[in-house]
Amino acid sequence: MATAIFQIWRGDASGGKFENYSTEVSEGMVVLDAVHQIQAESANDLAVRWNCKAGKCGSCSAEINGVPKLMCMTRLSELSLNKPVLLQPMKAFPLIRDLVTDVSWNFRVKKKIKKFKPRTPDAKDGTWRMAQQDIDRVQEFHKCIECFLCQDVCHVLREHQLHDEFIGPRLLVHVAALEMHPLDVEDRLAAVKKTGGIGYCNITKCCTAVCPEGITITDNAIIPLKERVADRFYDPVKRLLRFLFAKH
Amino acid sequence: MAEIHLTDPHHKFGHTYRRDIWWARPLIIFICLSVFLVYVTWAAFQGNHYTFGPYLSPLYSPEVFGDSPHSWFGAKPGWWPAVLPWSPALLVLWAPGLFRLTCYYYRGTYYRSFWADPPSCTVTEPRKKYRGENSFPLIIQNIHRYFLYIALFFLIFLLYDVWKALWFTRPDTGERSFGIGVGTLVLATNVVLLGGYTLGCHSLRHLAGGFLDRFSGAPIRRSTYRCVSCFNRKHMLWAWMSLFWVMFSDIYIRLCSMGIWHDWQII
Ligand code: SF4
Ligand code: SF4
Ligand code: FES
Repeated sequence: MATAIFQIWRGDASGGKFENYSTEVSEGMVVLDAVHQIQAESANDLAVRWNCKAGKCGSCSAEINGVPKLMCMTRLSELSLNKPVLLQPMKAFPLIRDLVTDVSWNFRVKKKIKKFKPRTPDAKDGTWRMAQQDIDRVQEFHKCIECFLCQDVCHVLREHQLHDEFIGPRLLVHVAALEMHPLDVEDRLAAVKKTGGIGYCNITKCCTAVCPEGITITDNAIIPLKERVADRFYDPVKRLLRFLFAKH
Repeated sequence: MAEIHLTDPHHKFGHTYRRDIWWARPLIIFICLSVFLVYVTWAAFQGNHYTFGPYLSPLYSPEVFGDSPHSWFGAKPGWWPAVLPWSPALLVLWAPGLFRLTCYYYRGTYYRSFWADPPSCTVTEPRKKYRGENSFPLIIQNIHRYFLYIALFFLIFLLYDVWKALWFTRPDTGERSFGIGVGTLVLATNVVLLGGYTLGCHSLRHLAGGFLDRFSGAPIRRSTYRCVSCFNRKHMLWAWMSLFWVMFSDIYIRLCSMGIWHDWQII
């Protein structure tokens, strides 16, 4: 068994600092295991949020050596233990305490996005028929576990703090899942441009790089949405054609 | 009123807790793109050594006006302002240039490498103000699709150049005969790589079917969408390979034309 040092952020909204903790580590351990061990051994009051320990609940998001990751899915064998492992809470959300941030902003913003609105049922019994090929695209987006690592890494939120103007990659994925859904008939394009602030995304793909579910956020959700927004608002020929052939 | 209050203080440019050499990638990209830009600008203004036998440099194709036999409408037009430097490349290069400049992949890349916006993920940026592509000037990037349409035409011209690069004139008899030189392969590779890049364009993906919510009942559209998506998955790779090869094709033809390299005729 080896000893590893963890430098963990301790503090709350009023301030804090990194503190060093050393603990025994063994093969197969993940960062969250080490945090639990530290909590049991030397920091009983260390705040950490977790639930499934299987990378599926999205609770244990944090920044490990400066990179947003799930603590339960980051093996110690991936990290160099020669130096202290740096553990911080997500930067893009208000800190509650230690490693726990308040991510409720995401849920508040999500509530403002127009809900799924299916077309009239296909069958008399009130059910719909969908072909698998039509749903393939949005199934990728449904893998999202709402860990908000993509929101945390996105420079528009973390660095520029444009939370009031930009809904962030996670919620753009949500909008894409609804907009591309074969049954949905709601129109969210004006909203994703105006209140969603899709134009703030400069497609630098940090969100895609950190997504633990491997969702190709930028290429498959954001850019296709940007193209739909361009169709509606920026393409001069399409605008002209719509004007000419609109039912006046 | 801001809905959210963050506690972490701002850091200065380049600050990060990352431990890897995060600056290596943006730096390498900065160097590669700069080398390309400098070379292409230099080559475009040369106005000479852009053809060799049946080969025409892709930087000069199509040669709308010019002195070589590849020219469509003859020599330099009289209306060309005397104060401006003249080169046949100046008439065409803006199109592929703007296609790449507004390409989704390159945008993300040069925002990082040239603008440090951000320099790399979770690395502090040099400026506090940020407008992204939400307002002028970058909002113009939204017309990328128009440069795609032009780029698709250019593919046809470049394909025609490959066809012409298959017909060599014998210096003794003046007869034209079929042949394949290394230059033919260079130009053919160029079209393949540019084709892979252009056909994987995000705007084409949208046009091919991305704008639809349902593909069932439209098998041709679905296959086209899948095909474009397939190229799109490796858009970055195609972008770099085609960028490098366009530059190399010009270098190849230029050096052959200058007599420094010898074009080896395979058939
Ligand atoms: S690609 Fe867009 S949404 Fe994703 S991290 Fe970059 S700016 Fe944010
Ligand atoms: S898109 Fe990926 S990174 Fe973002 S919240 Fe969902 S699972 Fe997490
Ligand atoms: S504990 Fe559920 S994702 Fe880590």
